[in-house]
Amino acid sequence: MTISIDPQKTNNESLQPKGWFRYFSFSLDHKVIGIQYLVCGFLFYLIGGTLASAIRIELTSPMSDFMPRDVYNQVLTLHGTIMIFLWIVPVVNGAFGNYLIPFYVGARDMAFPRLNAVAFWLIPPSGLMLVASYFVDGAAQAGWTAYPPLSITTPQSGQIIWILSVLLLGGSSIFGGINFIATIIKLRRPGLKLMQLPMYCWAMLGTSLLVVLSTPVLAGTLILLSFDIIANTGFFNPVLGGNVVVYQHLFWFYSHPAVYIMVLPAFGLVSEILPVHARKPLFGYTTMVFSIMGIVVLGLVVWAHHMFTSGTPPWMRLFFTIATAFIAVPTGIKFFNWVATLWGGKISINSAMLFSCGFIINFVFGGITGVALAQVPFDIHVHDTYFVVAHFHYIVYGGTVFIIFSSIYHWFPKVTGKMLNEKLGILHFIITFIGFNLCFAPQHWLGLNGMPRRVAEYDPQFQFVNQISSLGALLMAISTIPFLINVLLSVRNGKDAGDNPWNALTPEWLTSSPPPVENWEGEAPLVEEPYGYGKEISEQK
Amino acid sequence: MTTLDSSKEIQKNNSEVNETHEDFRMFGLVTFLIADGMTFAGFFAAYLTYKAVNPLPDGAIYELELPIPTLNTILLLVSSATFHKAGKALLKDKNSDSQKWLFFTAFLGLIFLICQLFEYFHLPFGLTDNLFASTFYALTGFHGLHVTLGTLMILIIAWQSRINGGRLTSQNMFPLEAVELYWHFVDGIWVILFIILYLL
Repeated sequence: MTISIDPQKTNNESLQPKGWFRYFSFSLDHKVIGIQYLVCGFLFYLIGGTLASAIRIELTSPMSDFMPRDVYNQVLTLHGTIMIFLWIVPVVNGAFGNYLIPFYVGARDMAFPRLNAVAFWLIPPSGLMLVASYFVDGAAQAGWTAYPPLSITTPQSGQIIWILSVLLLGGSSIFGGINFIATIIKLRRPGLKLMQLPMYCWAMLGTSLLVVLSTPVLAGTLILLSFDIIANTGFFNPVLGGNVVVYQHLFWFYSHPAVYIMVLPAFGLVSEILPVHARKPLFGYTTMVFSIMGIVVLGLVVWAHHMFTSGTPPWMRLFFTIATAFIAVPTGIKFFNWVATLWGGKISINSAMLFSCGFIINFVFGGITGVALAQVPFDIHVHDTYFVVAHFHYIVYGGTVFIIFSSIYHWFPKVTGKMLNEKLGILHFIITFIGFNLCFAPQHWLGLNGMPRRVAEYDPQFQFVNQISSLGALLMAISTIPFLINVLLSVRNGKDAGDNPWNALTPEWLTSSPPPVENWEGEAPLVEEPYGYGKEISEQK
Repeated sequence: MTTLDSSKEIQKNNSEVNETHEDFRMFGLVTFLIADGMTFAGFFAAYLTYKAVNPLPDGAIYELELPIPTLNTILLLVSSATFHKAGKALLKDKNSDSQKWLFFTAFLGLIFLICQLFEYFHLPFGLTDNLFASTFYALTGFHGLHVTLGTLMILIIAWQSRINGGRLTSQNMFPLEAVELYWHFVDGIWVILFIILYLL
């Protein structure tokens, strides 16, 4: 392998447009791309949230009176797809990964800046295509899982646009993953060892491995599914001799790791935020690293726990139950490490910290129901009920989205040089936390009592609890308002933050806020102890 | 995007920020090929599962003719060797030799595709006849797409290795090395495909 000067990498950036316009350009600057991911993802979050509100409005009454049943199916499909592929995956990987990873490894940009920009610009067109499919003969109706034979028998155009859109988003995700692996492994500043990296780097390395290993399988599967729809082949169509369970295996081979693609980066981000605001080193760095890698390995071999009711043979049930239960071990280690990081710390109660603590509380709840769902007898009882919906949202909303908000409060001063308003932030947290738990906690009860998911109508006995849940959803919708006001006001008129308002030690804070195009004025600093809190006074002397 | 003026600016800026790092484009390509290989792995897993659990209807069990795919296997293996020759020649600054080997490799790739099409036209089954037929065309078709792309890339680097003004030289081997790695990967996939689809 040759050593070469890379002429494009650092210098083309100075040729990029300046000012707000650069956020609409094919910029190669990792910081611009990170913000592009974040804002684009947030706009899709608003769309997906509107769809979620429509679902909850429909479910305030047992009959399908707010919208027709097929529209309800389209709405829930679009809600799931948008939230997963256009909000959580791009934001928690693309946005924070692009912004932070080059700082953490001491580089001036990602390993492949051009590929990085391509990966981002695949997202807006495929997202718009997905939303637009509603107006073309109706959007896909088969849920975000697109199980055949349902996806083959429902109207075709929407399903095909859905497949195309998910394929493009998967491509974007793979390009991003390749970039992160190359950046973390190859682009580290000389002298920086792997075991000195901030935890988010490890989380992104694990996540990117999962992306690279599992997303292509989904792509192949969806190509076969599109053949079934367009060309009348019979891969997954039992009428033509196909096998639907093969689709489920291939789909979950991606989509179970996808849960870790959504939640591992959040684990990394919370590991960055807690030490700063508790003024303590991250507890158990080495165990954290091994837990992440353990989750990556185990995450690839547990997919069939989604299929316990698909006629899986007993040996398969046994294997996947045990493997799934094992995941609780590394996850539990991480959980205790976070609690131990907080223990005895000098905790500042600010919005970032509150959202992180909210994450810990919600996530442990979602984790417990996860272990419960791994047990075959219980799983068969609650399969395809609201219990699963509740569990999933506790992981993905209560877990990841809480951390996205926490990270926005934590890194907003870095990106803009301005502080966010703390009062509005705390208000945002309180409404979100109450709304979220009010919305999803009752759904456990609904599921245990047998209310099926993905159906517009239900037994009238569930009406009262559904209305409580919808009230929670209303609060969640309202909670966006103080957040939006806060961000829009603070970007212009926020209090000046200075370079390092939190007195943090991780590398991104050791430059000016907002950072210069080249990230550092001179050479990148060598940060050997990103979590050396409590030692900083002796270091300064 | 880069105009002539701005490329001067690049050179100027280059003297200011003069940092070097390892060339990791090959690393990125290997990661991509692992991802691509996982797509094939998914297809192979689907095919083998079908073979194990989905019995085919009567009259849908075919004895595949072996001569053409065997010839194709030989073609691809030889083309891997000729590609290697092209790289060796370029390393010794024999650009015209290298170009000849590259054209020969692309020619072998083309013959492979023609043989594949010939086989398609003479098979006793079509895409939608049954599950085996569909998987057969999906697997060989997806691989054929890779061969097509590879052949086009070989033609591009053959053009780039021209003596006057070509950018592919012994100092800049990366395009050739990258396409070579991709080509070996496609060959390797074919060997696995040949064993699973034709011999098993």
